[in-house]
Amino acid sequence: MKFGIVAFPGSNCDFDTFYAFHDVMNQPTVWLWHKDHSLKDVDCVVLPGGFSYGDYLRSGAIARFSPLMQEVLEFAAEGGLVLGICNGFQVLLELGLLPGAMLRNKHLKFLCQFVTIRLENAKTRFTHKGRTGQVLRIPIAHFDGNYFAPPETLEEIEANGQVVFRYTDAEGRLTERANVNGSLHGIAGLTNKNGNVMGMMPHPERAAETLLGSADGRVILESLMSRF
Amino acid sequence: MKVRILVSFKDSVLDPQGQTVKNALHTLGYGAVRDVRQGKVFEIDLAGVSRAEAETIVPEISDKVLANPIIEKFAWQIIEE
Repeated sequence: MKFGIVAFPGSNCDFDTFYAFHDVMNQPTVWLWHKDHSLKDVDCVVLPGGFSYGDYLRSGAIARFSPLMQEVLEFAAEGGLVLGICNGFQVLLELGLLPGAMLRNKHLKFLCQFVTIRLENAKTRFTHKGRTGQVLRIPIAHFDGNYFAPPETLEEIEANGQVVFRYTDAEGRLTERANVNGSLHGIAGLTNKNGNVMGMMPHPERAAETLLGSADGRVILESLMSRF
Repeated sequence: MKVRILVSFKDSVLDPQGQTVKNALHTLGYGAVRDVRQGKVFEIDLAGVSRAEAETIVPEISDKVLANPIIEKFAWQIIEE
């Protein structure tokens, strides 16, 4: 598997993400610049976290118009794997590759902390190395992670099994308190209908080594690099 | 021609910032404040554009860029001919 890490002006998790795939997981990994017109034959495009274009207008709203995003749209339409982490997730929502939108966190605070999330669907290309119901400890760092979608969209993504992660307590229970940002249905990550595009607010690249406090993010990294 | 575009959350979307402003106003004693919705204002200067053309362009850019139609709505007016 060859991974491509997209760098926008304002990305700040790009080097961590590159390190996680290239150095921790030993995968061929290349940089993709937002102004490029080529995806360099990668098998998986990763949109990292950060504050692309300073989060001007709305998180992810300007990054969506980068030249490279046209290539990403075509790549995703042909079934290519696309992972968006945090700001990358916000970009995927603005691009329309994933349904819904992000609102400001319910308590209007920037949240930078470890959270526990429950794996809801281990039959995806991004999570098949885990098991459904498994609780993962992975950090978040965002201001706009309060997932919103209209009722009919929520119903559809739930019925399709597109919800991949939910914020829960350490025992895997959905509680008001565990849902730190106020996301509808506690949604922390979801895929598109075809299952080849996934966005998640928690940062798996920041939980790739026990030295970092958790290696639970490897479930996602290892799923991506191994045969489905 | 100058237009002013107001982007705000749809009524069905919770606006935590507006709620916080409302609470602050209540604390200050403005009990008459029933609700607050916060939004964004854009003033756009359009060159060589007729009123009819503006009626096409402004909704288009509002839908495509200025607002996210999933959570936001927009209203606009011409403020300078």
